[in-house]
Amino acid sequence: MVSIGVDMGAKNIKVVVLKDNEVVSKALVTAGLDTEGALKKALQAASGEAGLEYTEADYITATGAGRKDVPMANDELTEVGAAVRGALHFFKDARTVIDVGAEEGRGVRCDAEGRVIDFVVNEKCAAGAGAFCEAMARALEVPLEEFGPLSLESDREIPMNAQCAVFAESEVVSLVHAKTPKQDIARAVHDAIASRITSMVRRVGLEEQVALVGGLAYNVGFIDSLKRDLETEVLIPPDPEYAAAIGAAVVAAERGLKASEGGENS
Amino acid sequence: MTTEYWRWKEYNWKDPDIDWKEARNITVGVDVGSVSSQAVVMTDGELFAYSNMRTGSDSPESAENALNWALEDTGLTLDDIHYAVGTGYGRINVPFADRAITEIACHGRGANYMYGPTVRTILDMGGQDCKVIQVDEKGKVQEFLMNDKCAAGTGRGMEVFADLLEIPIEEIGELSFQIEEEPEPVSSTCVIFAKTEATGLLRQGWPKNDVLAAYCSAMALRVVALIERVGVEEDFAITGGIAKNAGVVQRLTKQLGLVALEPKHDTQIAGALGGALFAQTLAVKEGRVSA
Amino acid sequence: MKANYGYHDGSGDFFITIDSNLCTGCVECISACPADVLEMITDDYDDVVAAVKEEHRKKIKYSCAECKPVDEQPPLPCVSACEPGAIIHSW
Ligand code: SF4
Ligand code: SF4
Repeated sequence: MVSIGVDMGAKNIKVVVLKDNEVVSKALVTAGLDTEGALKKALQAASGEAGLEYTEADYITATGAGRKDVPMANDELTEVGAAVRGALHFFKDARTVIDVGAEEGRGVRCDAEGRVIDFVVNEKCAAGAGAFCEAMARALEVPLEEFGPLSLESDREIPMNAQCAVFAESEVVSLVHAKTPKQDIARAVHDAIASRITSMVRRVGLEEQVALVGGLAYNVGFIDSLKRDLETEVLIPPDPEYAAAIGAAVVAAERGLKASEGGENS
Repeated sequence: MTTEYWRWKEYNWKDPDIDWKEARNITVGVDVGSVSSQAVVMTDGELFAYSNMRTGSDSPESAENALNWALEDTGLTLDDIHYAVGTGYGRINVPFADRAITEIACHGRGANYMYGPTVRTILDMGGQDCKVIQVDEKGKVQEFLMNDKCAAGTGRGMEVFADLLEIPIEEIGELSFQIEEEPEPVSSTCVIFAKTEATGLLRQGWPKNDVLAAYCSAMALRVVALIERVGVEEDFAITGGIAKNAGVVQRLTKQLGLVALEPKHDTQIAGALGGALFAQTLAVKEGRVSA
Repeated sequence: MKANYGYHDGSGDFFITIDSNLCTGCVECISACPADVLEMITDDYDDVVAAVKEEHRKKIKYSCAECKPVDEQPPLPCVSACEPGAIIHSW
């Protein structure tokens, strides 16, 4: 059984190829203006790496904001459902899945089968998503990949007053002028976003174990702040950014199997 | 970052026809905001003098500077003043104030004086916040809302766009009308996401002015939603820096189907003026001057 | 006077409206609130009324999160405690 999961995001398109329940290849392509071209490119890259044509896949499932625009997909899956299945593929005991991407944050509570019980989304405000970290790293003039590690060097809690990413930029600049050490500012930024995510997740009711997926799961500073705030361990799968695409591929495999069984029976 | 958002000059003004020595009730209102500070001096219910300056890093000092400048060449000193009210974001740090009153209450009272007793709804859009205030015929606040959390709908949001498009902020209003057809408003409320959206539009080949128009009308939409939460009752007035941006103001009044009143004074002094008016009443109430 | 505390941002409208014409100053809401969001103030017209604390006004969506679980939301403690009905939440 070869299945493909496509995560059609607003910015990036991610494709994962799954063979016998193992991730064999993945690809990420920036959507740009020509989304259709980008989609084909991503599909070809991932399937090429797996040594096949994407048309040979048994089943394709699409997820993400643009999931309706994937003509080659057999069907689709919501983003929330996909993220949960992706997380549970690695941690079957996860009951709370936190998904923080550049543009939105989600908290989901699920059952052992990966069915969604409750979820909350924080969207359309950069202050509750990864874009907040990106903007602050820029204001601090620190490369994004160093921003998280920098935060770990701090052992001081300083408050950030601004809630808005735009006003927070100015606050960061004035903290720099006031000679506040950069690592303390970095920590303040990660603490701020972690506390927003935590109170959001509490609305669905935190249940262990907790898995974190999405782009912000690469950021060790955020992870550290989140653990402190949630007062619990946080599990992070490999390639957390691909969780939704992996989830879609897992579901595609199940559906493919069902379809072929159905086919044999008839 | 652009050098200055709302370009305005620091200045002071006094009414040459008023002789303060004959006044029985002399009061002052000082509004210490995050960007600018104003001091207004009133004599027996009349506007006598005022100043408008940038806020420095120290609130008490900014308050004193504003007062001293308003008093310059008037012959008045702090000792002649019967009552002083501090307002604005730095109101608790006005050293000579007898009382601190919120900017909402002061703004309502000041607008009542400035626009007359028919004004009911006031929209104030500053550099860092957006307020909607509903007042009765005496300028007493009936309902208010203040949004200072989100940069969308504030001067700051406009500043981000001016930077992105490399257009001087004071030209935005005019340029936003130099378009062939009114475009769809930018769909993201969030300034950060709207910026991404605008970059995409530019990449698709949109002229800068169209992007500006799309942002001005998006901003107008957001503000209309805020006003409608409080309710629009005429007469309607707009104060604050955005009042100078026709790109937003015209789209906003069109959406509301209203015209905004013309002010008699610089609207930036509304808060300090209200403070001085409260001080007039309080001076009598607390027995500093006889009624 | 109706005071709308809170904000509007990209993710929505989050306002707590407190009507000083209805608020009797009984302090019930303050003891009911588990997150210490409310306080008594003397407003500019010398009325003693409940208000949302300054430090919560820009993050009220998060401050009130625990009272608003996504499944089956129970009545809000502050709203239930307020007999004259002076407190309204917009979300
Ligand atoms: S401008 Fe600021 S507060 Fe407003 S939606 Fe964007 S990040 Fe959130
Ligand atoms: S909803 Fe809960 S936390 Fe919010 S003010 Fe009411 S009682 Fe307090």
